[in-house]
Amino acid sequence: MDFTVALAQIKPKLGCLADNGEMICAAVERGISEGIDLIVFPELALTGYFLRDLVPEVALRADSPQLARLLDLSRHIDIAVGFVEASPDYRFFNSALYLSMGEIRHLHRKVYLPTYGLFDEQRYFARGESIRAFDTRFGRMGLLICEDMWHLSVPYILAMDGTTTLICLSSSPGRGISEDESLGSTVAWQKLTSTTAMFLNCRILYCNRVGYEDGVNFWGGSEVVAPSGSVVARGNILLEDYVVGLVEEGALRRERIFSPMMRDESLSITMKELRRIETERNRL
Amino acid sequence: MSLKVNAKLLRQILVGFVREEVCKVGVRKAVLGLSGGIDSALVAFLAAEALGPENVHAFVMPYRTSNPESEAHALLAAEQLGIHCQVVEITPMVDAYFSRYPDADNMRRGNKMARERMTILYDHSAALSALVLGTSNKTELLLGYGTLFGDMASALNPIGDIYKTQVWQLSEEMGVPRVIIDKKPSADLWAGQTDEQELGFTYRQVDELLYCMVDLRMCREELVSKGFDPAFIDMIYNKIQNSHFKRRLPVIAKVSTRTIDRDFRYSRDWGK
Repeated sequence: MDFTVALAQIKPKLGCLADNGEMICAAVERGISEGIDLIVFPELALTGYFLRDLVPEVALRADSPQLARLLDLSRHIDIAVGFVEASPDYRFFNSALYLSMGEIRHLHRKVYLPTYGLFDEQRYFARGESIRAFDTRFGRMGLLICEDMWHLSVPYILAMDGTTTLICLSSSPGRGISEDESLGSTVAWQKLTSTTAMFLNCRILYCNRVGYEDGVNFWGGSEVVAPSGSVVARGNILLEDYVVGLVEEGALRRERIFSPMMRDESLSITMKELRRIETERNRL
Repeated sequence: MSLKVNAKLLRQILVGFVREEVCKVGVRKAVLGLSGGIDSALVAFLAAEALGPENVHAFVMPYRTSNPESEAHALLAAEQLGIHCQVVEITPMVDAYFSRYPDADNMRRGNKMARERMTILYDHSAALSALVLGTSNKTELLLGYGTLFGDMASALNPIGDIYKTQVWQLSEEMGVPRVIIDKKPSADLWAGQTDEQELGFTYRQVDELLYCMVDLRMCREELVSKGFDPAFIDMIYNKIQNSHFKRRLPVIAKVSTRTIDRDFRYSRDWGK
């Protein structure tokens, strides 16, 4: 079915759960009042990104009362939001929730934690161990977080698991100034979202934050990408925004008829070859 | 890949940086030293656009050997922007100190002047509830061509990640007065001094090398095959290495389980 999505391109405050919670609830209420079906927030929207030793301080259990208000609001609108999750055994995950009808529909723990260049996530976070699609009232979806998207296997697995809508929550730092119209990171992400949509014949809802933390800017540019790879709606670069897009069932149906790559994708060949590679690697 | 930048985009990022990083601290104002040179003029232009000229307080702090042209250029930039501007001469303080050490060399005197200026900026930072803006560019920071706790001291530095060559380009975009863009860069410590004469190479030469070495991470062999003189490569590499202490916090002897900046790690924007 057709549905409307809002990408809340917000500017979270670093380590301020209460303030960010208010900001998120306000955007959700706006979405409800405008009849939006699904609202998406950035990675770590509840906490900010460069948390470092703050990670344990801002971590919440997935069933925390501090998430109750969002859960309650999700009776009226579906919500995808990023936060720091504490597990009962005190591991901390860079996680995302999909909330719908007052319930947690899905929890994704970021699998690929970038630890290079300006990133230091593996120092603070535990790695997620599963990549699963899930059913929503708008069809089968996949939820992933920023760097997950840069590992081909992740969107591939989600697509093979039946995903037709990929949601990607992001806190992408802007870098790589050159003569080009856009920053290097912007160009790279725009290629990635468009190409991934084309490869997997699925739509992509990409929500990236804005603002600055310790001099690092986050470039925004959230977008709704059609299964053809074309951009349906795109947010401001570097500025706050609230991007609304219509996600059309017909566009998915038509693209899957024109380019039936996912229909033809062979799970058995992939599995056979991956098993062979695994066996050969284990021999080393 | 080259040093050329999309100056409009760079302007947007740096203006946004000044606006947000100043305001999130809970203040609206900035102070900076205006030397009459291009780096501080550019920072004044960025700050005026970010905060409004009424919220930018510039201080021109000449010493008796400073070139009078420098003060005139500083006042020209301030006037064009409509920012607050005061001249505070540092000759009495610096001379009072060196009357005890009359044999002090140029380096000691230059450092003292830079640190004298720093204390004035930080005094007004408290008086005005304003943050001190740094004006060191990436070339100077990498080469260590600045005074530790002097001109290198600041709360926020909008131009510390752009090379001198890019400072020129952005200054054109921002409308910094032509006379300031075109003049030879100088630390103005003594009459007739120019940076390029003192350093022994031009900013354009060293920026090309630094860009390839630091930003693109080319190894020595690649730099040589690209045409850089091996002696020049080694000299610059050594300058970066030997000045690294200036770019770090003071070293703390570790004895506890959580030592500041080693295993006690928080972003500066903690809670902001």
